[in-house]
Amino acid sequence: MTTDKATEQASDVHISFDNVVKSYDGSTQVVKDLNLDVNRGEFLTLLGPSGSGKTTCLMMLAGFESITSGTITIDGRAIQDILPHKRGIGMVFQNYALFPHLTVRKNLSFPLEVRGMSASERNSRVMRALELVQLEGLENRKPRNLSGGQQQRVAIARALVFEPEIVLMDEPLGALDRRLREEMQYEIRRIHQQLGVTMVYVTHDQQEAMVLSDRVAVFRDGRIEQIATPETLYEEPSRVFVSSFIGDNNVLYGEVREVQDNDICHVSIGPDRNVQALSVEETKPGEPVWVAIRPERVGIAKTENQYSNQFDAIVNDIVFMGDHLRINVDTCGVRNFIIKIPNLVGHGAVLPGDEIQVGWATLDCRALSMDSEKT
Amino acid sequence: MRKNFQFRSLIGGSLLCIAANCVWAEETLTVVSFGGSYAKACVDGYHKAFTEETGIKIKLEDYNGGLAQIRAQVDAGSVHWDVVDTESSPLLTGCDEGLFEYVGDLDLPPAPDGTPASEDFFDGQIQDCGIGTLVFATVIAYNPENIDGEMPTTLQDFFDLEKFPGRRGMRRSPASNLEFALMGDGVPPDQVFELLSTEEGMQRAFRKLDSIKEHVIWWETGAQPPQMLADGEVIMTTAWNGRIFNAQVIEEQPFKIIWDGHLRDVGALTIVAGAPNLENAKKFLKFATSTRAMVGVANHISYAPLRHSGLPLVGKHAVTGEDMQPHMPTYPENSKNFLWNDVEWWSEREDELTERFNAWLSR
Amino acid sequence: MASTRSQNQEPSRLVPIGLALPLVAFVLVTFVIPLGTMVVQSAYDPQVAQALPKTLDLLRDWNDSALPSSDVFETIASELISSREDRSIGKVATRVNRIKSGSRSVFAKTARRLERVEDTDLKTAMIEIDDRWEDIELWRAIRSAGQKFTARHYLRSVDLEPAQDGGIQQVSEDQRIYNTLYFRTVYVSLAVTVLCFLIGYPIAYAIASVSDSWAKILLVIVLVPFWTSLLVRTTSWLVLLQNQGVVNDVLVWIGLVSDDSRLALVHNMTGTLIAMTHVLLPFMILPLYAVMRSIPPDYMRAAASLGANPIEGFVKVYFPQSLPGVSAGCLLVFILSLGYYITPALVGGTKGQLISNMIAYHIQTSLNWGLAAAISVILLIGVFVCYFIFDRWVGIDKLKLG
Repeated sequence: MTTDKATEQASDVHISFDNVVKSYDGSTQVVKDLNLDVNRGEFLTLLGPSGSGKTTCLMMLAGFESITSGTITIDGRAIQDILPHKRGIGMVFQNYALFPHLTVRKNLSFPLEVRGMSASERNSRVMRALELVQLEGLENRKPRNLSGGQQQRVAIARALVFEPEIVLMDEPLGALDRRLREEMQYEIRRIHQQLGVTMVYVTHDQQEAMVLSDRVAVFRDGRIEQIATPETLYEEPSRVFVSSFIGDNNVLYGEVREVQDNDICHVSIGPDRNVQALSVEETKPGEPVWVAIRPERVGIAKTENQYSNQFDAIVNDIVFMGDHLRINVDTCGVRNFIIKIPNLVGHGAVLPGDEIQVGWATLDCRALSMDSEKT
Repeated sequence: MRKNFQFRSLIGGSLLCIAANCVWAEETLTVVSFGGSYAKACVDGYHKAFTEETGIKIKLEDYNGGLAQIRAQVDAGSVHWDVVDTESSPLLTGCDEGLFEYVGDLDLPPAPDGTPASEDFFDGQIQDCGIGTLVFATVIAYNPENIDGEMPTTLQDFFDLEKFPGRRGMRRSPASNLEFALMGDGVPPDQVFELLSTEEGMQRAFRKLDSIKEHVIWWETGAQPPQMLADGEVIMTTAWNGRIFNAQVIEEQPFKIIWDGHLRDVGALTIVAGAPNLENAKKFLKFATSTRAMVGVANHISYAPLRHSGLPLVGKHAVTGEDMQPHMPTYPENSKNFLWNDVEWWSEREDELTERFNAWLSR
Repeated sequence: MASTRSQNQEPSRLVPIGLALPLVAFVLVTFVIPLGTMVVQSAYDPQVAQALPKTLDLLRDWNDSALPSSDVFETIASELISSREDRSIGKVATRVNRIKSGSRSVFAKTARRLERVEDTDLKTAMIEIDDRWEDIELWRAIRSAGQKFTARHYLRSVDLEPAQDGGIQQVSEDQRIYNTLYFRTVYVSLAVTVLCFLIGYPIAYAIASVSDSWAKILLVIVLVPFWTSLLVRTTSWLVLLQNQGVVNDVLVWIGLVSDDSRLALVHNMTGTLIAMTHVLLPFMILPLYAVMRSIPPDYMRAAASLGANPIEGFVKVYFPQSLPGVSAGCLLVFILSLGYYITPALVGGTKGQLISNMIAYHIQTSLNWGLAAAISVILLIGVFVCYFIFDRWVGIDKLKLG
């Protein structure tokens, strides 16, 4: 039922934050004038370093934190006055919060019992939920007798078993080791696709956010820096913070010399060194800018003028990463400039100390205005 | 830092104590008594004089009566008490159990007029294990402020709920209450124990207690009765006369004592079996049972000397100047109708009667 | 070679053993030895057997329907005289007196006068001195007191006694007290435990939910009663609760009760429960607080997110998780209540007499340590049963005190 509704109204707004402010002490704002829409059926990740306000937003939505000012609406209805247990939002907690005194079955049927469901209905739903997370046969275990991954699955199953339209997850994979974490990422993705519920997911792990999300909201100091699909965030970060938080980035400091009509600008990054870059926002000559280049978009030039931006470089270090090589060079007056070269046959062996030329295309290089720092 | 200092001073202090103990061990004596105003009366009455005359220092300790601590010391073979102030009933029990030294042959000092001790003492108070030193009384006391109209004057009035409605205080123990019950029921004092030896007499005593049971507040410690009178918790209570005296004279409470039908008992001094300072203890016992020491106590608290020669010598209270004679249980005015406690009788029946009394209380 | 090895290994083994030694010694001295002595005393009493060995030998063949023969009289006469000399006669007298009340004085009196008797017919002489020697019951009592090992104390401690025919019978009705006192003790302890729980749980919850700085202040308030003497606390309850006390004065002043119908709050069960609950409350709060502090707030949030209202969440999620604290607190309070007697004795009136008061009486006053030990052993067994139930139910390792 939920699934049908979700697909029908795929792009309508389900949850909305309007000018939401949160402050604990009345002066310091943890969340600053936040505006955010979450679409029905969407998987939205709130990404940011710790203390950036993402978890606070989640808690306000779940009803465990009060809203200082502004409104949060679900389906257009303000939720301030709805008690947490009446919001019908499923939630997965950082440490799972599985009830340790209850078996897996009892944990799962807890939300069904408080809703007064019949025993047979409860049982079939519990079994369905266990099937969904592939934990059939463990229903009589106590949480402490489960592995971390199994506990995680039970926590997810419990948040889903009462078929909420919204599911919140607060760093649910933080306690797992890397391999398990990746496995669970795909699991969560599968479950979301299968059920089509609206998911709001909090994490500080950008890779996790990329794997899971339809859209990612990057938080910093209580504000959203940028909200976009993972691809857009990666390819077209609008802020320097975003560009370095999502994936690796080489950042050069410079001053705009000239702006062309086609959003291409020339940036001086040092004496006699100019870079052609894509101007993200409107810039004027004379303005200081950051120029960001993804390491994998940088190549080792085999000929003169192979790239529109090409510079001399000295190799500091080469790290073999399996599928690619990570080369650390000095170039453009910057130390530790990173280049990633796919591990292809004949990638052209370089050694530390080699003098080489590196370069990149104009469109792979984004000039980000300095103002974005302060917003 | 501060903790460290405290710790060090603690260690230092205890080392000092240990050292000091070694020094004192030669000429000290551990005397154990009931504390409070009575112990103070003993210190001022004769302890000081004893130390002055003999050079033996007295280390005074408090206890709450009973024999448990003494038995524990004797059984363990590490006795550190020398002289113990005791009541007549534990004296007998402890004597039977071998907890006390034999003192029946001590050469006690004669009366000031030369009468030998054996004639000067009240009958039977030079016992095998202890020497009687004082007479105290269990009396009925009341607070006139809590009673309207006519005041009670006799033991019968204590049991008369119609004339004197209100709560009474009684000790939670069969001793004294059974005697009061029979005397309150009109039995002459000299027949009380005879009658109590029969089942009919015992039932009569309990029946009498039954008649006021619902109105009784039971006390456990000697400090409670004067407190209950002062608080208005009870209108009348049984009490030890020294405690009431203390409230009257020192705390200036308006309490009154009904001497009619009071119970007389003795306090005695005894030496713990295996006392570390046996010779000093004997010296102390001789000194403490002299007429002079007994009178010294009686001039501080209303416990009468146990020697005939002592009674006339009791004078004024050493602090307040109150004439002590009328406060003595043995004062002729107070001695018209009273009963001596029969320790032998109680020692044979106390266990049985305590059980019976508690069973009765529980019903 | 061998010596090097042992040198290498011994310190590692000896150090923990050495560290545990003071504890072992402490437990031995303060617990095992006194407890052992107590258990021994409850069933073993050789005093009479040592004082009258020959008499007891002869009494073994005595058919107890008639007076013993004159040689028994002669034997006991000489043994009484010698036990008077070594001052063990008092111990015989008190022990026989415990079995047959009212026979204490017969021994010392007889022994004293026998020394002067020249008569050869000692039987007649003794009966002349005291006619209680004609009483067969006295002889039975002597025989019974002569048993070194006896179940008498245990029987007595549950209001039973050996019967004439060798069986067991209840003691006469007006002597039955111990069973009543056990039940009352358990009842009072249970009531105090329940009250402590009802009062202590919300307090512990409050302390566990406020900020750390507030929690410290509240804990101090909880602990203050610990820092005052038991007697002072108990006495102050008397002052507060008595008829003319503060509580009644306040109630009269605000008009809740009239002056002539002041509430009886003390010298009855109410007083016992109030004072004991106050005294023992910290023992409930501390373990509860320790457990509650370790329950993460996420559990209640999880319950709410799953649709449980705060009450359901509390009942189904929070409370079950605080159970180790509940049971630890209840166990502590219950066991401590079993041994409390000063407080109930002072504020409890006629109902304030608990089993421990009788233990104290027999230790302090009657010196019947055998009976005191028997009662204590029974009480101790009760405590062990509680402990066992607790261990089975929650596990003793869950006991937390803060």
